[in-house]
Amino acid sequence: MVGTRDDKDTVSRRGFLAGGVRAACGAGLLALLVAVPAHRRAGAVALRPPGALDDADFLAACVRCGLCVRDCPYDTLKLAEAGDGQPVGTPYFFARDIPCEMCEHIPCVVACPTGALDKGLTDIAEARMGTAVLVGHETCLNYLGLRCDVCYRVCPLIDHAITLERLHNERTGKHAIFIPTVHTDKCTGCGKCEKACVLDEAAIKVLPTQLAVGELGKHYRLGWREKEKEGKGLIEGIIDLPDRMPDPPAVGPERLPNGGFKEFKP
Amino acid sequence: MTAPTTRSPARAAIAAKGWLGAHKWLLIRRAAQLGFLALFLTGPLLGVWITKGTLAASLTLGVLPLTDPLMALQAVLAGHVMEVSALVGVAIVVAAYAVLGGRTYCAFVCPVNVVTDLAGWLRRHLGIKEGLSVDRRLRLWLLAGVLLGSVTSGAIVWEFVNPVTMLHRGLVYGGLFTWGAALAVTVAVFLFDLGVAKHGWCGHLCPVGAFYGLVGEKSLVRVTASGRDACDNCMDCFTVCPERQVIAPALRGKDKGVGPVILSRDCTNCGRCIDVCTKDVFRFGSRFRNSPSDAPGVGGGAGPADIIARAS
Repeated sequence: MVGTRDDKDTVSRRGFLAGGVRAACGAGLLALLVAVPAHRRAGAVALRPPGALDDADFLAACVRCGLCVRDCPYDTLKLAEAGDGQPVGTPYFFARDIPCEMCEHIPCVVACPTGALDKGLTDIAEARMGTAVLVGHETCLNYLGLRCDVCYRVCPLIDHAITLERLHNERTGKHAIFIPTVHTDKCTGCGKCEKACVLDEAAIKVLPTQLAVGELGKHYRLGWREKEKEGKGLIEGIIDLPDRMPDPPAVGPERLPNGGFKEFKP
Repeated sequence: MTAPTTRSPARAAIAAKGWLGAHKWLLIRRAAQLGFLALFLTGPLLGVWITKGTLAASLTLGVLPLTDPLMALQAVLAGHVMEVSALVGVAIVVAAYAVLGGRTYCAFVCPVNVVTDLAGWLRRHLGIKEGLSVDRRLRLWLLAGVLLGSVTSGAIVWEFVNPVTMLHRGLVYGGLFTWGAALAVTVAVFLFDLGVAKHGWCGHLCPVGAFYGLVGEKSLVRVTASGRDACDNCMDCFTVCPERQVIAPALRGKDKGVGPVILSRDCTNCGRCIDVCTKDVFRFGSRFRNSPSDAPGVGGGAGPADIIARAS
């Protein structure tokens, strides 16, 4: 099926030229084919648009037409180049560059002709583009005891997706630390927190949810949750023994009305 | 430089019909290719949106969806049924090419055609001989592999390498000009056609073209050698044709009682044979005007063209 045909006029200048061109073409072809997968430039995580199907299903549906990119009013979405971390031509965004503005009518999803972005997503608060994680426990200004709060303030779902949890500041002994805390059941992964983080390298980053959130072993049962589900104790007729309290203090020396002790003689 | 006729198949036609006459369909094709590209580019360049998307899937004037049927088929095999708008787009595209000729897409729409035509032209002028000879049916095997690959990978697998959509996307979204994959793939196709195999990509490998060929298997619009009795065996049509195996049965079929219409699914309806023929042997016609009597006149028969066509 495959073979080469010998050139008859091997001596002619034209033949020599043609041979050179062919060799150069072959070498160039090979160079190009190996160069593409060698591209690497992204350090950031390339996030999918809202409503994107799971990774495996997404590539069965997305034809890389870019209609979502065209209809994104904030130029958030881009089509991936080699090395961006997603297959070439598929839509993505880097939160630190331009985060998702969470448009109410979700034009990217409306524009998608294939269903790679699920039309079932009609409430942008239900989008799950990723999950924000406070990765910089040693650099986050709030962790250091300052009141930056920027990630919390810019969160479109403030007080739901990010809350500030108050802890005691052991360093000063008298102040509070307000820890920005992401609630994974509410976070859409829009990336506004990552974009807004004032550090040179964001201390809060949006990661793919399966990387961002730990997962309990399937066999784990949390007693208090199970109890809540049942509405009662899990074991019937458990004997509740009376709690033994510390003995009341023994009767000490008699007190005077001013608080002093009767026997005390200065 | 005086080039032999094999390198300038249009030379005789230029002498007979003038340069414009000898390049009529070529110019129409280039205009069509540019025009289709312009529909996508007025938006990003001028802010006037006519067509959004790429050749993979597009939306024109907000109402007309068009979808590459091979893409939708791969999606189904990968386990995803597209939204209604994409499927409507598939139906429109399939209907259009089932009438106009499947590979009319290759000649009039596909941007890779310009790249491979350039490689073919350069190849003729540099005097590069055939090179690697590849079976033309390989594209069908590649197509079968793509479809099977979609099943096994659960992804629209051809899109990882498809030069057609990569180049088009690169042009429409600008990725071609950032030294990325679009440029690499395009130059790879060019080098393959120039230095490795003649008409290598479009004529032997591209599964998109192969698929459109199957879509247009029974298409209405065909090139017909209705004037075949005037043929003087100058060979220019064979030299210029990117799928030259399609010509001989129609052009040389009189003695075997074969009609004058080029019925092969491989024909791209590019019309270059019409351009370069000084005897007006070829014209566009319908597949149904295909009885031998639709090519009036006497004479003809097997010539050197026949032998070479069989050899390819």
